[in-house]
Amino acid sequence: MNRPRRRPHWSRRIGHVLLVLAATAFLTIFLALPLAVVFVEAFRQGLRAYLSAIGQHEALMAIRLTLLVAAISVPLNVVFGVAAAWAMARFEFRGKALLGAFIDLPFSVSPVISGLVYVLLFGAQGWFGRWLELHDVKIIFAIPGLVLATIFITLPFVARELIPLMQSQGSDEEEAARVLGAGGWQMFFRVTLPNIRWALLYGVLLCNARAMGEFGAVSVVSGHIRGLTTTMPLEVEMLYNEYNYVGAFAVATLLALLALATLSIKALLEWRYGDEIAAHAPGGH
Amino acid sequence: MRRRILPGFGLSLGYALTYLGLIVLLPLVALAWKASGIGVGGMLHLLSSPRTLAALKLSFGGAILAAIINVCFGLLVAWVLVRYRFPGRRLFDALVDLPFALPTAVAGIALTALYAPNGWLGHWLKHYGIQIAYAPPGVILAMVFVGFPFVVRTLQPVLESLDRDVEEAAESLGASHAQTFFRVILPMLVPTLLTGFALALARAVGEYGSVIFIAGNIPMRSEIAPLLIVEKLEEFDYAGAAALGTVMLIASFALLILIAVLQRWSGRWAEQLQ
Repeated sequence: MNRPRRRPHWSRRIGHVLLVLAATAFLTIFLALPLAVVFVEAFRQGLRAYLSAIGQHEALMAIRLTLLVAAISVPLNVVFGVAAAWAMARFEFRGKALLGAFIDLPFSVSPVISGLVYVLLFGAQGWFGRWLELHDVKIIFAIPGLVLATIFITLPFVARELIPLMQSQGSDEEEAARVLGAGGWQMFFRVTLPNIRWALLYGVLLCNARAMGEFGAVSVVSGHIRGLTTTMPLEVEMLYNEYNYVGAFAVATLLALLALATLSIKALLEWRYGDEIAAHAPGGH
Repeated sequence: MRRRILPGFGLSLGYALTYLGLIVLLPLVALAWKASGIGVGGMLHLLSSPRTLAALKLSFGGAILAAIINVCFGLLVAWVLVRYRFPGRRLFDALVDLPFALPTAVAGIALTALYAPNGWLGHWLKHYGIQIAYAPPGVILAMVFVGFPFVVRTLQPVLESLDRDVEEAAESLGASHAQTFFRVILPMLVPTLLTGFALALARAVGEYGSVIFIAGNIPMRSEIAPLLIVEKLEEFDYAGAAALGTVMLIASFALLILIAVLQRWSGRWAEQLQ
């Protein structure tokens, strides 16, 4: 019964080759092809049409707005992420697990709901709608709404990278700095920050990619006012719905390049500083 | 004792709680408050409307189907990436993260350009009578796209840490490769596969950007629940939008708890395997 049954070498080889072919074919058709189609469609009418589409006033305004929204929301989430990670990785307190769950919450909420909640707070019929109208403050269908929705969506990124890393690093070095007489901020800037810098950069990278690419949440609060409240993804949508496919795909190439740059830097950071970024919880991005 | 040495507990926790409270909790309370405004009767009335039911069925049913597809292809891809060395492996590995990084609106128009009846693949599929874009299969396809990395990235570390001795033992006892895979390896991967399934499911249920372009958004047929929320908002039916949003939110919470339980199980399982 226990006769060892060795298969001929070639059949095993063929099995491996078939599996590799199936997997790479799937990845090519399913992931690489959509990426390729963006660039092909954008250049369908030549380089000149592409450049003129990118140079449109609305497209340039959308790029500017996207950069502005990311420039406000990413730093705010960095400060939050560092504060949350410091509290969670260095101290024990009641409700810590619950706090962690709440930090993760925006990842599991539909982007549409992330926008909806701000409409319910600040929209014309919302809780503060009346008050805002009286004081002539616009949040919904204006830039503050875009920023709030983006902050909500990207809130977990930095905290999520830092918490496991700081927990695994432990606090010995920081305690030593304190014992040797360092002040709180001195310890933070000289010991803590250098220890977490690559993980922080990693978190900022992912946070920024999502902030610039977010669609659902900002779509709900934007109101789609051309040149004023349309970020790049929203501009893509509007151009596409107007059947201006070259325009839509041209703006989309910029976002695709952002994605490619993000993936490249991410791979570089993982390769070069993998140990200092620590193990990542799967499915976090 | 040690707590006193390190500074900044009050400041960091206070700041984090205030920020989280203002950005996340207060808005969610507003959502629940607004939804409760229409009462239980209103909620049931809304949820029993055929259009809402159809949208919820598509969002949840489609997401479940997409997650099942992702588990199958995710297992294949993760297995090949971990076990075999072939040219371009690193590139394909990096490509897996593309759906995380590519903005959903870009994914949406790209998939539509591929699968629309006059698209790259769509015109070819049309010959065989297969319609993907502007129909439920398009919705599922987009959901597979956004959920795919979750399964692969959950499986990879576990596959890497699998003990090869067990496989060798099975094979030396006369099991074929297929038997070894299905009777020995697959059972060890069950908790991880379920975790990946739940993560992909959670992402697909709420997905909006990549779906709405390819879906065609035909009411009762290819209209997803998040889009129905947007439509209710555009009609200034805030209470209806909030009620539907609350239903989706409760489903997300349930999935979040399920994922936490599964991850704990799969973590314990992985420790036992090593």
